[in-house]
Amino acid sequence: MYDFSYHRAGSVADASSKLKAAEDGKLVAGGMTLIPTLKQRLAQPSDLIDLGGINDLAGIKADGSGVTIGAMTTHGAVATSKDVKSAIPALAHLAGEIGDPQVRHRGTIGGSIANNDPAADYPAACIGLGATIVTSKREIAADEFFKGLFETALADDEIVTAVRFPKPKRAAYMKFPNPASRYALVGVFVAETGNGMRVAVTGAGQNGVFRVKAMEDALGKSFAADAVANISVPDGDLNSDIHASAEYRAHLITVMAKRAVAAAE
Amino acid sequence: MTYTVSMSVNGKAVKGEVEGRTLLVQFIRENLRLTGTHVGCDTSQCGACVVHVNGTSVKSCTLLAVQAEGADITTIEGLAKGDELHPMQAAFRENHGLQCGYCTPGMVMSAIDLVKENPNPTEREVREWLEGNLCRCTGYHNIVKSIEAGAKAMRGG
Repeated sequence: MYDFSYHRAGSVADASSKLKAAEDGKLVAGGMTLIPTLKQRLAQPSDLIDLGGINDLAGIKADGSGVTIGAMTTHGAVATSKDVKSAIPALAHLAGEIGDPQVRHRGTIGGSIANNDPAADYPAACIGLGATIVTSKREIAADEFFKGLFETALADDEIVTAVRFPKPKRAAYMKFPNPASRYALVGVFVAETGNGMRVAVTGAGQNGVFRVKAMEDALGKSFAADAVANISVPDGDLNSDIHASAEYRAHLITVMAKRAVAAAE
Repeated sequence: MTYTVSMSVNGKAVKGEVEGRTLLVQFIRENLRLTGTHVGCDTSQCGACVVHVNGTSVKSCTLLAVQAEGADITTIEGLAKGDELHPMQAAFRENHGLQCGYCTPGMVMSAIDLVKENPNPTEREVREWLEGNLCRCTGYHNIVKSIEAGAKAMRGG
């Protein structure tokens, strides 16, 4: 790991100004992706600004319309939250399938979505539920937030502070995990929301998470596993790597979508 | 850049000079000379480095020492009371829950955290919990048996 200057932020405003002042600053939330990245010398920030001391960024609030999850809330806290389990069980289930218990004790929702790894789970929940990303500057609809491989709509000094998930009528997430990393080889989040059907796919797309309109339309007519059984996503824009070919991922999308619909029925 | 960090390790206040990039596991092993916490893979996968930070199991190879400023840390050395092993350690010995022993400190620390969250785990729950602890010798069978026995002992019999 290259060395860097370390700063512990006392508040979101403090983190934002430290980030602005740094030559090439990086925020660290749980560090479950960033620290391994630094170890491999794939990044060389001049400054690391730690959000770990900002207590009001962690926590879960629920009301009748959904749940709001603070950016520094860990995956473990989401997975075991009574509020999340009762309002959006699919979201608690998704959080409980990220990494392993020790990773879930440190990794955070804000860190995950700000990083926008194409195989991360949370982007699928954000898109699948039509979440709103709350930042230090504004609110961004999930559909406008994820901009491609490790790219988001966040400005350089903008910090995710919370994610608001509206409560769906029904939803489920099914993933085929890479057996070593537990990242999604393919993960499909299916939801019937107040604004219609949403089907979000992670792990497969060359540009990260995406929606499958044909499946959404089919589920709008009939919410049943059979409705998506014959819909496949063209493999042209899907990832091919040592773990799976694009063709295999395309096949898995349909299989995982069917399972998610069946689980949500 | 160097920083002074202070934290509590196994109930003792400790202080040390570290670089920003110093990992918690390096601080524990090299500054404090507590070498029971192991580095296996150094890529957050194997769990040989698991310690408790503020009562929760984490991988100390994926945490900076500066991030643990002010925290309460427990390592494998902090479990036994004098010559009396922690019930989970005793269960690993009793059930032969190890072969080479390299992964054992992490297994024990992880297992104790499981029992804290789930005092009476099923075999399946134990196996699922061990997702982040790799053992290349045992095939896990005796580790799972040890944890079931350790959980029972921690419940008081």
